[in-house]
Amino acid sequence: MAATGGELYGDYAVRVDDLSVSYRTTYEKRPTLKKALIRLGRRERSVREVQALKSVSFDVPPREILGIVGVNGAGKSTLMRTVAGILPPSDGRVEVWGRVSTLLALGVGFNADLTGRENLVLGGLAAGLTREQIEEKYETIAGFAELGDFMDLPMRSYSSGMYGRLAFSVAVHTDPDILLIDEALSVGDARFKHKCFEKIQELCDQAQAIMIVSHALKSIRELCTEVVWLHQGRVRMRDEPEPVIEAYTRFLDVGESEVALEDV
Amino acid sequence: MGRYLRTFWARRHFAYELARANLRVQHYNTALGQLWLVLNPLLLGLIYFILVYIIGGGSRGIDFLAHLMLGLFAFRLVSTSFTQGARSVVGGGRLILNTAFPRTLLPFSSVLTSLGRFLPTLLVYAALHAIAGLPVGWHLLWALPVFLLLVIFAAGAAMLAATAQVYFRDFANFLPYFTRIWLYLSPVLYYANEVPDKFKPLTAINPVFPLIATLSDVVNQGQSPSGGYMIWGIASATVTFLVGSLLFISREREFAVRI
Repeated sequence: MAATGGELYGDYAVRVDDLSVSYRTTYEKRPTLKKALIRLGRRERSVREVQALKSVSFDVPPREILGIVGVNGAGKSTLMRTVAGILPPSDGRVEVWGRVSTLLALGVGFNADLTGRENLVLGGLAAGLTREQIEEKYETIAGFAELGDFMDLPMRSYSSGMYGRLAFSVAVHTDPDILLIDEALSVGDARFKHKCFEKIQELCDQAQAIMIVSHALKSIRELCTEVVWLHQGRVRMRDEPEPVIEAYTRFLDVGESEVALEDV
Repeated sequence: MGRYLRTFWARRHFAYELARANLRVQHYNTALGQLWLVLNPLLLGLIYFILVYIIGGGSRGIDFLAHLMLGLFAFRLVSTSFTQGARSVVGGGRLILNTAFPRTLLPFSSVLTSLGRFLPTLLVYAALHAIAGLPVGWHLLWALPVFLLLVIFAAGAAMLAATAQVYFRDFANFLPYFTRIWLYLSPVLYYANEVPDKFKPLTAINPVFPLIATLSDVVNQGQSPSGGYMIWGIASATVTFLVGSLLFISREREFAVRI
């Protein structure tokens, strides 16, 4: 996998070429030595291969906001993690031009015992910012998250909305060339969501590519310039938002009802 | 590999900050706060001393107490790196699932956490050293390379433990027993030259034995380090570090899948 830095404003910000990802999972949720010994006694193998992505190819030019839709288990999160360089591809290539910032399903990885401020610093450092950069941006990030005095309280005292706001704020303010957002658009109230959308548009105007996974089709329609529909690890459709969403909702067999359009 | 090291170096502040945050979390919320960092090893050392004092029929003096404390603090530097390192990757679950960075930063951060706990105990030792009237001089500088070797060893051990814990989640359950036996095989509750011949093969398999023995030699007894111990110590620290880091780095891309 080539995750080369620099070289922006090329033809593509992200290029996924014939990508397959399969992982071997263990039967057990918690692999233990005891179980390994028992298995050895029975001569069993504990792994089962899951093919999450099967030769997926597409590219994302700069200034594009690519939406990714698909039912649960279609491979959306795996795709995001592979583009972020967290999961290794089993086959094929992922090329990424520039620095990736992720806002994935589980939050940035905050430690609930630490204060918002400490988590902000840790999150920024993990994302590859320097101390000076973090200090410089601190006010902006904290201001955007609108947490006020809560910044100095342990995060376990935060509501889930506050948690999500801080995560979003850290992710978008790390000057990413490529921003990956997985199911994190529903943070905060309607007003904050509006602010998030504006921020995403603003990042996009700065020639940055953004990939968004969401089940909230309304958000996808509002924000994205292109949409990929993943189904069982393959690209089923790629087009402008309207036709893809139409086909996808027809597939879901719920039509354009409020259920699917509502931000879940 | 070169790129790996560069990324690692670029994000070293992350490991440092994580270690600091961990120390804060572990000690801020208690009534005595950071005093525990000193009090805890001190009380533990006193308990061991009383134990040895009773078993030895009261034959041990304050110079032995100094030896015991120093050995215990040095041993705990290694053993807490080991136990914290075991938890570092599995406990860092969310961070690992959602951010790409060199995973070696996590066990390294555990070593930094242990160092943060170790440094205050040096003050306790310094006081004891003075009270016991042990010699102060240039020979104490020998302690520096020995500490460096201990830290290198601890980093290797932390990476080994972290990898083991990913594949075997009950690994951490064995650790309390393992570190206990490990302590008894180290020259902490006795002097290195007191080991009876029939137990020599047992202490020989303990990789930190030469380092802790040398520490006692140079700091407590004011001797020059023995060449044999130094070579053994350098070898065990280097081998542990190399094996630990190579194993960890070759496996770390799998961690995100395994957690």
